[in-house]
Amino acid sequence: MAIEGADLVKAAAFLGAGLAMGLGAIGPGVGEGMVGAKACEAIGRNPKEAGLLTRTMLVGQAVSESTGIYSLVIALLLLFVV
Amino acid sequence: MAIDPNILVKVAAFAGGGIAMGLGAVGAAIGEGYTASQANLAISRSPEKSGDIFKNMLVGQAVAESASIFALVIAILLLFLDASTANLLQAAAFLGAGISMGLGAIGSGVGSGFPGGQSCLGISRQPAATSKLTTNMLIGSAVCQTPAIFAMVVALILMFMDFKNAPALPTWAALLGAGFSMGLAAIGSGYGGGMAAGASCEGVSRNPDSVGNVTTIMLVGQAVSQTPSIFGLLISFILMFRVFPESTALSPAMALLAAGLCTGFGGIGPGIGNGMVAQGAVRWVARNVEHAGDLMRTMLVGQAVSQSTAIYAMVISLVLIFVV
Repeated sequence: MAIEGADLVKAAAFLGAGLAMGLGAIGPGVGEGMVGAKACEAIGRNPKEAGLLTRTMLVGQAVSESTGIYSLVIALLLLFVV
Repeated sequence: MAIDPNILVKVAAFAGGGIAMGLGAVGAAIGEGYTASQANLAISRSPEKSGDIFKNMLVGQAVAESASIFALVIAILLLFLDASTANLLQAAAFLGAGISMGLGAIGSGVGSGFPGGQSCLGISRQPAATSKLTTNMLIGSAVCQTPAIFAMVVALILMFMDFKNAPALPTWAALLGAGFSMGLAAIGSGYGGGMAAGASCEGVSRNPDSVGNVTTIMLVGQAVSQTPSIFGLLISFILMFRVFPESTALSPAMALLAAGLCTGFGGIGPGIGNGMVAQGAVRWVARNVEHAGDLMRTMLVGQAVSQSTAIYAMVISLVLIFVV
């Protein structure tokens, strides 16, 4: 099986896309889980503020989502643009 | 250097067996160690309950052991199986089976240690609730085994499916990718499910009357935590059962391998994150039962958001399989 330059570059781009999205998904998943866990704890302590706490949780999770979206963008760039 | 295909298949089977049992031993050992450590703590707090705590510890450890017993079964099968066909594909399938089972047993083993340990502590805190705690522990740690069972199913399919008619290039990468996809994705779900189950045992011991609500929210939380491993199962089924056009180029093979790695790694974080959310919610339902509805709602919203990166990873995998 002869490997040509263009084929090798494409193979590396595919592997890179998979690893970028796969490894990039770990951090946001854990981080958003921490936010969610503490939001549940806070609602348990002070149920009157459930609305405010849910809103704060969603904003915090959205921010910690950002690195996952960067990974998605890089993966899509590797797949379709580069 | 030309390698005899018979030798190649043997090498893959032995390496796969080693990976299956070596990695498969990691999780259960940690989980059981955690259970035993909490049992010691519990006995030091209430030595008069040592009989009950000891019994509960052994039951909990026995359940946590099951993930590594699955790995032992797969490893022994790999060592003594006679391959029907000797080619590159069979070798890749055996290696993939070992990877799937070895990685897949880690999360369930560690995770099912948490309910075991927390129920031992709970018995010392609330001896009257011993039977409720044991029941709750058994339900929780049984659900924790699901990802390991998925991994075993994938390993068995890889070992016994007939790949004779598939083109060796690039299907070999699909079979390896199937192993990685299922094995890695099972880590997070097993661990996360264990966090929810541990919190429910703690909660029941603090407020035994809340057991109905606590078990319900534990099961819902665990079910959502399983989602990343179901994504892993889905991608590995697609990789195993789809027929890929023959190609001697490297890039189609790498696309299939990357698809498996992507969903596999991508499932770890969301699985653990979902478990964390469920842990927080379950713990506080026990302390504040009248707001169980609010907590359930917030838990599901939080888990849905933390699921999103696993969904991105699955989308990238599907693009790698079907589009490029």
